[in-house]
Amino acid sequence: MSNVPAELKYTRSHEWLRQEADGSYTVGITDHAQGALGDLVFVETPEPGRSVKAGEACAVVESVKAASDVYSPLAGEIVAANEALASQPDLLNSDPYGEGWIMRIRPAGAETSALLDANAYAESIKD
Amino acid sequence: MPFIPHTEDDIREMLAAIGVAGLEQLFDEIPPGLKVESLPGVPPALTEMEVQRLMRERAELDSGGLNFIGAGAYEHHIPAAVWEITTRGEFYSAYTPYQAEASQGTLQLIYEYQSMMTALTGMDVSNASLYDGASAMAEAALMAVRAHRGSKSARILVPATVNPAYRRVAQSIAGGQGLNFELVPYCAETGTTLPEALARWDDADVTALVIQQPNFFGAYEDVAALTAWARNKGALVIAVVNPISLALLAPPGEWGEGGADIACGEGQPLGVPLSSGGPYFGFLACRQALVRQMPGRIVGRTVDLDGRDGFALTLQAREQHIRRSKATSNICTNQGLMVTAATIYMSLLGAEGLARVAAACVRNAGELVGQLGSVEGVRRAFAGPYFHETVLRFDRPVAPLLEALAERGILGGYDLSREYPELGHALLVCATETRTASDIETYFQALNDIMRRARVA
Repeated sequence: MSNVPAELKYTRSHEWLRQEADGSYTVGITDHAQGALGDLVFVETPEPGRSVKAGEACAVVESVKAASDVYSPLAGEIVAANEALASQPDLLNSDPYGEGWIMRIRPAGAETSALLDANAYAESIKD
Repeated sequence: MPFIPHTEDDIREMLAAIGVAGLEQLFDEIPPGLKVESLPGVPPALTEMEVQRLMRERAELDSGGLNFIGAGAYEHHIPAAVWEITTRGEFYSAYTPYQAEASQGTLQLIYEYQSMMTALTGMDVSNASLYDGASAMAEAALMAVRAHRGSKSARILVPATVNPAYRRVAQSIAGGQGLNFELVPYCAETGTTLPEALARWDDADVTALVIQQPNFFGAYEDVAALTAWARNKGALVIAVVNPISLALLAPPGEWGEGGADIACGEGQPLGVPLSSGGPYFGFLACRQALVRQMPGRIVGRTVDLDGRDGFALTLQAREQHIRRSKATSNICTNQGLMVTAATIYMSLLGAEGLARVAAACVRNAGELVGQLGSVEGVRRAFAGPYFHETVLRFDRPVAPLLEALAERGILGGYDLSREYPELGHALLVCATETRTASDIETYFQALNDIMRRARVA
């Protein structure tokens, strides 16, 4: 059973997000997603300064056999990307909610209602 | 594997299973305006017998002739062993097999090819090849735009000294994908791209600069200065190179301070016959940092569970069978059979053999240009050294001269008047290691004779 921390919000496309003290959001992919992808060998993070729309593909996670897009859960501006992933993509496997974060976004407006809470996300990945 | 036919019944059953009335309906997605009702440029169908005869007659038109034409495809001696080995049943397939890892021999051959190309270009990684030199340049430009995330213009500077066919192909492949190819003029005295010519882009956002070495005129670009200009601006450098010349010249990886980022070119000179223009193969190599933007197949070396050496396709997540429409390219494949020939060619010659071929090319071209340049009404168009071809300027139109030479069995060179009208009556002539002193003498006598007769008449 994969780990779904109660304090985070989620998307149906398996991103998690956490609001920080400064109002920005940290975004990564869930424990369920990293488990399904297998050992990650490369992460392409977005360029800080880029504006993104909600649902826009803005990062790529690549395992030995697959490459998947990571979608921005919010509209806003990318303010930081996790540089450590360039040399240690496996941080995403070992610590998806911590050291394995992918990007930080300053939101342009309010959260969309499409975000899930931990219970709803856990439910969505049950089978 | 059994032969699986589809009969009328099979087709009906399959269509019924997906609820479609007829085959035509499968193409309903294509807007009617894009469908072509007839093909006016295509002649009526011929029978197999008629086609065979037509092709034989066409092929005969192309046979023979003492060849002094280069311009991107070069006649070199191909040791008999190259195609004897290449056409063995074990190798005789055009592509990497679908169950690639089951064919360890094929994968090892591609791995050796990649290793040789990285050694020749001074780059870190090579792919398993592309269609040809022109499409390789287009793929290199697309790759540069993906890799250079700081540059938003997708502006690729392409000197006019780059093969005109490559420039047209790059425009066809990449022009529709938002790339802007801008032409850099050349110096009329040297036939090369002067660093000053780049000054107009000093303050512009440039994604990459293409440099062909030796360039289309056979002349040597100042690759160190051009590379330095691009590096200073943070633009990538795409090298287009002749693999034979790399036996003598600095490899792209060592150009200027820091070298080029991507090296590509036409692989035909390495053991592939001229053969009326194809099939050839393109090569593409780059620095390690750009490998995930490189299109095409890459074979890696690994060990199996028992620790034995083996070969496997690697970095496949970039490719279309996994990444679909977001793959690094959807119009690339490798030219397996041509690469097999090239790998065997390079293995047989070795580094020393390749350097001897290149040196013989330089020597013979020098001899050719010395002799033809002594004919009245003929002189060199550009000063400066050249590899195995250069431009001659004539006192009269070149096309009739080429026709008169062809009547005597001599293919005299490539007429530049269509693509470079500003050069006047200009001819690109080439001599590789295959042109002997007596071949060159034959060309000289014929040209001298034709030019003199025309004067008398």
